[in-house]
Amino acid sequence: MQYMVLLSRSEWEDKAPEDERNRIFGEIQQWWGRLAAEGKIVAGHQLQHPDTATTVVLRGGQSTIVDGPFMEAKEVVGGYGILDVADLDEAIAIVRTFPSPSGFAEIRPVVVR
Amino acid sequence: MPSQSPVERVFREEAGRLTASLVRLIGDFDLAEELVADALVEALEHWPRDGVPDRPGAWLLTAARRKGLDRLRREAKYRELLQRVAAIPEVPRREVDDRLRLIFTCCHPALEREAQVALTLRAVVGLTTTEIARAFLVPEATMAKRITRAKRKIVAAGIPYRIPAGAELGDRLGEVLTVLYLVFNEGHLATSGEDATRQDLVQDVEWLAGLLVRLLPGEPEPLGLLALIRLHLARWPARLDEHGQLVLLADQDRALWDRRAITDAVRLLGRATALQRPGPYQVQAAIAAVHCEATTWEQTDWRRVVGLYSVLAALDPSPVVLLNRAIALGQVDGPAIALTEVDRLSGLLDGYHLFHATRAVLLRDLSRDGEAADADRRAVTLTSNAAEQQLLSQRLVE
Repeated sequence: MQYMVLLSRSEWEDKAPEDERNRIFGEIQQWWGRLAAEGKIVAGHQLQHPDTATTVVLRGGQSTIVDGPFMEAKEVVGGYGILDVADLDEAIAIVRTFPSPSGFAEIRPVVVR
Repeated sequence: MPSQSPVERVFREEAGRLTASLVRLIGDFDLAEELVADALVEALEHWPRDGVPDRPGAWLLTAARRKGLDRLRREAKYRELLQRVAAIPEVPRREVDDRLRLIFTCCHPALEREAQVALTLRAVVGLTTTEIARAFLVPEATMAKRITRAKRKIVAAGIPYRIPAGAELGDRLGEVLTVLYLVFNEGHLATSGEDATRQDLVQDVEWLAGLLVRLLPGEPEPLGLLALIRLHLARWPARLDEHGQLVLLADQDRALWDRRAITDAVRLLGRATALQRPGPYQVQAAIAAVHCEATTWEQTDWRRVVGLYSVLAALDPSPVVLLNRAIALGQVDGPAIALTEVDRLSGLLDGYHLFHATRAVLLRDLSRDGEAADADRRAVTLTSNAAEQQLLSQRLVE
């Protein structure tokens, strides 16, 4: 099954000292690379800061452009990955090892047509 | 315990087993349940007349398979399911018991707790949605929606149908035991409503805990939980008076306790402790055992109870455990020391009726009657269980 893992952007990305941040990003890159090589992660990206987001609001054929992300949440999305694994338990087991010191990771199955 | 006919006993054992096998084989909860219902209806037509077959499980599986094929052939859109039903072996493998997988799936941590409870009672115990709704005082439509949503999530989110292994087993077994314990508590002392107790629910959970013990014989905590449940059931006849009012442990007629059941449960706990992996359910059962083995309230080995509560608090540092420890401490060191301990928990337990009821008892022991009455009044407003309210109000009158 394929799942999208939606990763939150965590505080440490903005607040941790630079060498600390680089160390964590290094670990994440290694983690990602290993799983991609194993075929468990089939796609995904880290996203730029939510300040860079642009939202298009669609309403009955009309559209307006808004500066910023559309989710008015405390947590913002920092990246995503597509997992290709046997079941939810395998997805959870993988996501549990994501080397971020804090944050959230939402696992959602993708629709297959 | 009400006696069951042989057919009822077989139904209870086999219905859950059959549901579990079918969910594994066809991967569709709803269809599995419908086919089990069909097969049971057919059994009800034949068994009372022809007798229970030698291998009722195989008989039911065959009936379910045939019903499934009939049902699906009528509807072309179910071709894929039809293939899976057709692939069901005509003679089941005798040794496998799929119910353990089913229990772990129903209690998967990706399902919210209420859904875990409902689904376990529905799929494993075989209660109807109406019965579950009634037991938890939830409108039937709400319960039906909860169960449907959970089943849909199992399929859509790819929650596997497997027994967790290795390090994962401990956590996942904890989820299962929590679900069983919640059902036990609901049956043992309903959170609201007119009936103080729901003995049928406790008997269902006793059966479920027994099943878990049979399926995981090397795990001590299911044994601990089963012993705990049985120790409570052994005291059941003394819990309510002739007016259906709750009787406190201190005032219970201990001649009504089932001594044989107590001995058996204590032996069960011995089997758990022999495995040398202590856990909260074993400790709770050990505490219940100390009470059960005491000839009177005064003769209770309170030092041992306090010691066991300290062990429990180390495993599960919840304020309710500390409250119980303080109550036991009162029996050893007197009400003044107990009250000091209890008052330390006020920030955490102010909304809990038994916190105020406990304070009331201790304050009365210290002859602080005015404060005791205030505490009793707080307790009454905080519980929704009618029998408990009655007991508390009665004390206000005295």
